[in-house]
Amino acid sequence: MVELALPKRSQIKNGKRYKAPSGSKNVRVYKIYRFDPDSGENPRWDKYEVDAKAHGPMVLDALIYIKNNVDSTLSFRRSCREGICGSCAMNIGGRNTLACTKGHEEYNGEITISPLPHMPVVKDLVPDLSGFYAQYASIEPYLQSTTPDPDKERLQSPANRDKLDGLYECILCACCSTSCPSYWWNQDKYLGPAALLQAYRWIADSRDDHTKKRLESLEDPFKLYRCHTIMNCAQVCPKGLNPAKAIAEIKKMMPAK
Amino acid sequence: MSKPPSTEAAYRPLSPHLQVWKFHITMFTSILHRATGIASVVGAVMVAAWLLAIGLTASGHCPEAYTLFLSFAASPFGLFVWFGLTLAGFIHLTGGLRHLIWDMGLGFRISSANALAWWSLLGGIALTLAFWAVLFATGKVVL
Repeated sequence: MVELALPKRSQIKNGKRYKAPSGSKNVRVYKIYRFDPDSGENPRWDKYEVDAKAHGPMVLDALIYIKNNVDSTLSFRRSCREGICGSCAMNIGGRNTLACTKGHEEYNGEITISPLPHMPVVKDLVPDLSGFYAQYASIEPYLQSTTPDPDKERLQSPANRDKLDGLYECILCACCSTSCPSYWWNQDKYLGPAALLQAYRWIADSRDDHTKKRLESLEDPFKLYRCHTIMNCAQVCPKGLNPAKAIAEIKKMMPAK
Repeated sequence: MSKPPSTEAAYRPLSPHLQVWKFHITMFTSILHRATGIASVVGAVMVAAWLLAIGLTASGHCPEAYTLFLSFAASPFGLFVWFGLTLAGFIHLTGGLRHLIWDMGLGFRISSANALAWWSLLGGIALTLAFWAVLFATGKVVL
């Protein structure tokens, strides 16, 4: 359902401001979404003044600096710090991205950081992604074939292997799905760009022969056709992939199936 | 799997979406496509009323119907409404052409999609202006 405003208990109040130590140069202000599940209070915006010279170049470096030196209660996910695990996906400056690959110098003025949009928040910048993972599982993201297993690996021509470029690189960070207004309003029924890109990754794989079955399971007014080519998914993908194009390819295959 | 002990399910607020989102041109034209589609339905009702007025007058059922319709439709406010409806119609038309290109699997590079969005928006405005320029130049409409 389309609901433009946030529910009452999700509305964000103004919070605290943490001043930088006096004498700091190159002070940057981070406006960060905070929610403490134990307090029973609404979420709030806390502001942190940070000396940009005190930490590394990425927004994730600033978050780690804040957690280590200013406010240890700040919660966020992070792991690889090099854009391959997808843990630190969040909304920075109004766009979903990975905090570890986004330089703070790419933004002007105050930097706003909030969790991935339109998701249930566990704490601070940590959203509950269980629905997102369940949708990924629902497209059966593994090779399915009726031909018996060969003695060695299943062979694929270089031309057929090339069809998987731009698909297999997805790290399932959820930046695309949570950028999509169709997903915001119908995430209980619409699979979203990430799951659909992965669905196409297996449809396009020459070694998988369950293509017809895969297409049939997607032919549904909501699962696939809630995509209206808004293009937010491709605009924000931190790996430069194009879920909108993958979805268009699935739609093109539908009449011929 | 064991669950952590808890008396009630923890409350999870909804994270901000439109409240924080920085718009893309493709997102703007997508909303515009929906809005102009709805406006075109209003336009269709107006055209139906126009045809009904012609019919009522021509058949002699209600000779004043067409004059009555024109007193609204040809007034400055009426012309303003028509202008808005033609603008919506043309933007929806160029937006529809953009969707046709996408349905062929083309124009998905971000630069291409952004360009298509701008061209469909500006093309719709240009077609509307040209349409009204012809109407005024040929004397079909006078203020």
